[in-house]
Amino acid sequence: MDLINNLSMGFGVAFTMQNLIYAFIGCFLGTLIGVLPGVGPVATIAMLLPATYALPPVAALIMLAGIYYGAQYGGSTTAILVNLPGESSSVVTVIDGYQMARRGRAGPALAAAGIGSFIAGCFGTLVLAAFAVPLTEVAFAFGPAEYFSLMILGLIGAVVLASGSLIKAIGMIVLGLLLGLVGTDVNSGVARYSFDIPELTDGIGFIVIAMGVFGYGEIIANLSHPEEQREVFTGKVEHIYPTKEDWKLMLPAILRGTMLGSALGILPGGGAMLSAFAAYTIEKKTKLKPGEVPFGKGNIRGVASPESANNAGSQTSFIPLLTLGIPPNAVMALMVGAMTIHNIQPGPQVMTSNPELFWGLIASMWIGNLMLIILNLPLIGLWIKLLTVPYRWLFPAIVLFCAIGVYSTNNNTWDVWMVGWFGIIGYIFIKLGMEPAPLLLGFILGPMMEENLRRALLLSRGDWSVLVTRPLSATLLGLAAALLVIVLLPAVKKSREDAFVED
Amino acid sequence: MRIKSQKDFFAGLLYMLTGIAFAWGATNYNIGDGARMGPGYFPLLLGIVLAVIGGIVLFQSLVVETPDGDKIGKWAWKPLLFIIASNFLFGILLGGWPALGIPAMGLIIAIFVLTFVAALAGTEFRFVEVLILAILLAALSWFAFVWGLKLQFQVWPTFITG
Repeated sequence: MDLINNLSMGFGVAFTMQNLIYAFIGCFLGTLIGVLPGVGPVATIAMLLPATYALPPVAALIMLAGIYYGAQYGGSTTAILVNLPGESSSVVTVIDGYQMARRGRAGPALAAAGIGSFIAGCFGTLVLAAFAVPLTEVAFAFGPAEYFSLMILGLIGAVVLASGSLIKAIGMIVLGLLLGLVGTDVNSGVARYSFDIPELTDGIGFIVIAMGVFGYGEIIANLSHPEEQREVFTGKVEHIYPTKEDWKLMLPAILRGTMLGSALGILPGGGAMLSAFAAYTIEKKTKLKPGEVPFGKGNIRGVASPESANNAGSQTSFIPLLTLGIPPNAVMALMVGAMTIHNIQPGPQVMTSNPELFWGLIASMWIGNLMLIILNLPLIGLWIKLLTVPYRWLFPAIVLFCAIGVYSTNNNTWDVWMVGWFGIIGYIFIKLGMEPAPLLLGFILGPMMEENLRRALLLSRGDWSVLVTRPLSATLLGLAAALLVIVLLPAVKKSREDAFVED
Repeated sequence: MRIKSQKDFFAGLLYMLTGIAFAWGATNYNIGDGARMGPGYFPLLLGIVLAVIGGIVLFQSLVVETPDGDKIGKWAWKPLLFIIASNFLFGILLGGWPALGIPAMGLIIAIFVLTFVAALAGTEFRFVEVLILAILLAALSWFAFVWGLKLQFQVWPTFITG
């Protein structure tokens, strides 16, 4: 079987001592930074990205994938122990996880999150490996019109799931697309919006935007409200392993979450957050067993299911990226940036031109998941200690690592000036309630969209109807329109707003 | 006319102005037509779309009632100033500013200045604590970036190393 052959080739690549070490370092660093309250996965990856510059491409991607899983797992730990969702996908974990911690059951909650994530990760990796080949073949049937429509669908999909105002989120996408166009136009060689500044002809660096907006902007916003008294459950985490009843409750929940997450993660814009929300809703609808703790009061299923779902979802959201080259969310947009730095253009050609890299990455995802569980259950004490570090020691360190990170990208102080300006802009975004994640996605997709639109219109001699007369392209645009209509329906709109304010 | 959502009002304004600026900038480049898109075509299109979106957000902010007026709230000038200043000082000290004749002071001094200035952004400032933090960060950065990852940094000021 091809799948087995491919996977074993992947494991051959990933199971070298060197790559295992990088996977380990990635998971460790990712968890380390991800545990820190107020640092989400985007900021974590952006901050640690420069550490991978010197590595060979395969090792760098393996390490980045490790960082991503680590950051996500770290976010769940923070959610359970401090009642602070580090990222949008652990918003629902907070509900029951924190209640479990308050009842002295932080250990089983963390274990449920870890075991659930591992099982989901294994399954997600298999789905990814199985879907990759057929989807890549589909991708080769795509022309520029289809790619353009697919990107529209991906962008719309990403914002209908965003919290807050839909129209403002679309505005952020367009703003991101425009920022992505700054720099030399590949087609005509004209330096657009560069104001005769040599550094701007290369465009704005995506690390600069990610760190400025997600790093500095967040820090300034965090510092503006006085440090609230955080309740951290230190020393109360003694019994890590779940009891027999816990197992009985959480195993089916993990499986349900995994299935749901794997399916939803493939959708453009789906991924971790939607999966977690949907999984929690399903668990809430199922009947409670006699003697089971109700939801919202510390039910272990309320932790196990969404955590499995978001991990499965984040795994399968690699599918659109690796097969079509289109990032479905801000984290994947960063991965695209990282790949470009290592001279890999993500897309269907990676699998054929660079199979070691492709299958090695997939195998290393599984290894990353395994490492997380090995690393995190015994090290839980260390992570908890990190949670008690006061913010006033953390933020100067984060500022420093951002500054060193952007400087080392090009060894140029220009990037340091730019990250400062984007810090100010990021703070303005937060103050005005404008979500920055769609901006980053648009920024990465901007040049790709322009290029595909240009080619599509060139082939059709300037006739825009090519986007709707080609069946595949029309279907994709139709899906995007349907998504918008569904979200704008009064009934759905109401429940969407409720879902985001639900406590 | 009363602004019903202050956040949306200014967000809409920001979108509109940015959209107009980009569209206006695009007219300086060759626009071309659909079959032969010039470098100005796509930005002009997007700039107009952004300006229209801004207009819609602005309009909604004047029409749709919100319970509390969606106030922007106080700007956190102090953290904003110190965080951004610490970043700019870091850049100046690390790379120098040839136009003003400021020589590069190197990584270690830049780290100390960044840590102290950034720490001023917080609600509490304890000198000894910040000093220890700066020493730790300097040591860690040297170890991780200069020694470990072998990134190219000037570590000490030129007048010491010569």
